[in-house]
Amino acid sequence: MKRSTLQKALLIASSMVSHAFAEPMAFASPTNIFAPVSTPAKSIFGLSMFVLAVTAAIFVVVFTLLAYSVVKFRKRADDDGREPPQVYGSNQVEIAWTVIPVLVVLTLLVATARVIADVQNAARPDNAIEVTAIGHQFWWEFRYPALGVATANELHVPVSDGNHPTPTFIKLLSADTDHSFWVPRLAGKTDLIPNHPNSMWIDPHETGVYLGQCAQYCGTQHAKMLLRVYVQSREDFERWIREQRQPAVVADAVSEGRRVFETTACINCHSVAGTMATGRFGPDLTHLMSRETIAAGAALNTPENLRLWIRNPDAIKPGSLMPAMQLNDRDLDALTAYLETLR
Amino acid sequence: MSSDSIALPRAEAASRPLVDALHGWVTTVDHKRLGILYILYALIFLVIGGIEAGIMRIQLMHAHNDFVSPQVFNRMFTMHGTTMIFFVAMPLVFGFANYLIPLMIGARDMAFPRLNAFSFWLMAFGGFLLYFSLVGANGLYGAGNAPDVGWFAYAPLTSRTFSVGHSTDFWTLGLLVSGFGSIGTAINILTTILCMRCPGMSLGKMPLLAWLNLVMSGMVILAISPLTAAQAMLLVDRYLGGHFFDTQAGGSAVVWMHFFWIFGHPEVYVLAIPAFAFASEIIPVFSRKAIFGYPVMVAATICIGFIGMSVWAHHMFTVGMSSSANTFFVLSTMAIAVPTGIKIFNWLATMWGGKIEFKTPMLFCVAFLFQFLVAGLTGIMLGAAPFDWQLSNSYFVVAHFHYVIVGGILFTIFGAFYYWFPKMSGKMCNETLGKLHFWLFFIGFHLTFDFMHIPGMLGMPRRIYTYEPGRGWDVWNLIVTIGVFFQALGTVIFVTNLLWSYFKGKAAGSDPWDAWTLEWSTLSPPPAYNFASIPVVKSRRPLWDLKHPNDPDWKYE
Repeated sequence: MKRSTLQKALLIASSMVSHAFAEPMAFASPTNIFAPVSTPAKSIFGLSMFVLAVTAAIFVVVFTLLAYSVVKFRKRADDDGREPPQVYGSNQVEIAWTVIPVLVVLTLLVATARVIADVQNAARPDNAIEVTAIGHQFWWEFRYPALGVATANELHVPVSDGNHPTPTFIKLLSADTDHSFWVPRLAGKTDLIPNHPNSMWIDPHETGVYLGQCAQYCGTQHAKMLLRVYVQSREDFERWIREQRQPAVVADAVSEGRRVFETTACINCHSVAGTMATGRFGPDLTHLMSRETIAAGAALNTPENLRLWIRNPDAIKPGSLMPAMQLNDRDLDALTAYLETLR
Repeated sequence: MSSDSIALPRAEAASRPLVDALHGWVTTVDHKRLGILYILYALIFLVIGGIEAGIMRIQLMHAHNDFVSPQVFNRMFTMHGTTMIFFVAMPLVFGFANYLIPLMIGARDMAFPRLNAFSFWLMAFGGFLLYFSLVGANGLYGAGNAPDVGWFAYAPLTSRTFSVGHSTDFWTLGLLVSGFGSIGTAINILTTILCMRCPGMSLGKMPLLAWLNLVMSGMVILAISPLTAAQAMLLVDRYLGGHFFDTQAGGSAVVWMHFFWIFGHPEVYVLAIPAFAFASEIIPVFSRKAIFGYPVMVAATICIGFIGMSVWAHHMFTVGMSSSANTFFVLSTMAIAVPTGIKIFNWLATMWGGKIEFKTPMLFCVAFLFQFLVAGLTGIMLGAAPFDWQLSNSYFVVAHFHYVIVGGILFTIFGAFYYWFPKMSGKMCNETLGKLHFWLFFIGFHLTFDFMHIPGMLGMPRRIYTYEPGRGWDVWNLIVTIGVFFQALGTVIFVTNLLWSYFKGKAAGSDPWDAWTLEWSTLSPPPAYNFASIPVVKSRRPLWDLKHPNDPDWKYE
């Protein structure tokens, strides 16, 4: 019995270790900082590799010295009991192990300063896309001031190819507490601080969806303030912009749901372009169904999740600032049906 | 008849020995008793803070776990951080400093014994205030109990808009009160070291422990003051309508960050320098050699003290400082690697050519050397600002500073426990239990904090109560959590060892390690006022001189 339990434990442990180390899958992550696809992230990656190489070299040297002295100078079993020769110091070696680290530090400093300047002081080309990101407890508001588009939580940007770079410059604001915009494969993080505008830029080289999340503690639901960046081909991006600029089209079949929406507290916080709903506290819902997720990425945008989210937000995201709307089932169904037409 | 009336109070007193003993401890101004009070107080909070960490680790064991609610999780990390820094690490450092400094410089007590007691009780009251939030912070709002703003409590999350109820007030007051205690202790240590050394002990002949605590005390005064100011400003914002950090009314969240980190980073050295001090006493004794490069060690410590005051904004590389400000803080941060490196090399050189005995205190110090090396190297990575734009506020940072505080500081403090316990109690610690404690804690530490770097590099931010599956974080978080159980077991063994050794341990004698500094020249435990006659010293190792009259240190210093 004992042996079989031990064997099981060993089996689990060894499978865990092999799972972790043997399979590169264990390091596969959609948010790996070492898989950059945008210039700022790539510059950081280059510097990281240099710093890792230098620190690894230092580690090897010092660790070898430590291991050697621990093994070589341990007290032997046949020790004669006499004290070893007393050495009080040596100016030569002190100078050596001061000067060499100073040189290493200067090298690292120069390499670092270059990357800081490259990323922070990059010129903004005329054709750059401009986005304003506003952090809220606990979701992201994205506005494209030049294009007249407002959306939430899912940022769309065009792919930028080397010959015709179309970077996206993001102005970072906050409506309440501190937040931080972090999509590791695209760029390092920059904070969104109220009353302290910041900016950052990305120029993704490959289409796809890149994940990230808020990286500065901002309150109860900091954990589920998730971020998705959709990098699209130029044509797809322009089509997306055109669609987002359309006002909401309301079918007669859902006028009951629209009545519920416009006569309850929904409109205090949410906007639907072209209707009387102009709230700014929560996400713009004009094209809600064009988004893949709701509740800042906490749930997929399915009819069931949407209905649950309206009925009881705490079931998906406890502590979210969206109140439970206390609707009866009929109104809830009608409201969900209305929201599903906001494409 | 008359003799009866005289005997009565005497009999009453004799029947209440516990009350008398308690009264003695509560009213004591003896530096040794206060030192022990600090240490016991810190051990209680160490267990509480450890339980808080355990709750967080169980919650993060796998994706979408629901062991605790987000509200509870946020309180746990706030209380864990605040407790471990202010009510575990600080009192441990002060406790050992209180106990050891007068003994090591041949003094009969601290310079200001009453201030010493006052400082301790202020700190004790601060910890009590922080934990009283559990019952007192709800207010009329039902706003939840313990503080949940994170241990660095960034504005404007601490404003009354976002933090209703009184949890933030308890946090603020707890730190304010214990901060006054810390400043009192720092003034006391400074004065004691500068004014109360025994005859013959010039500054250059002090044990390194005294030198390092001198620098630490200076840093406490410089670092705690801005924190205290910031706490007062926060209270003004919350109750007197101030707008220092009120961003809705033109205040600045960034100003709070500067105030906090100009405390926060020197604080790391306030804790690390005493840890260096323990290593600088323990490593020579168990290598049987004098410390290598004493003047350079002193100079490096003073360097760390100065440079350590100018690196704070490396905690703020992501808040949007200019590229030149960022570059300056890269320079200062990396510069501090030089004196720190010098220290590591000098400890290695002390071991070089020695006869190293791996008793428990030395085991902890060797592990410290290895772990502090790694912590320093990950510190260089974080100090390269662009690398930090990725790593900041991720689990990589959490792993890094636990490497410093647990792997560096706590390990040497454990070493200090095993080294000076015989002096404090008169009994030897059990060596077998000590080694068991070491190996359990060593394995647990590395399971937890080595693997914690990885989810950080895979994009996992800190302070999240749960995470999405499919991010590649699950395996690492599970290993990290498993390590916690080893550390908890190690801590249980440690406490058992202290208790067992106190009651059943072998008598230690005055000098069990054949050591060289003055505390080993008096009885174990030392009598009231420490020394029958004030010692006179001629070198840095007065007991070496006594033991080797033909080859004394003062011939070479």
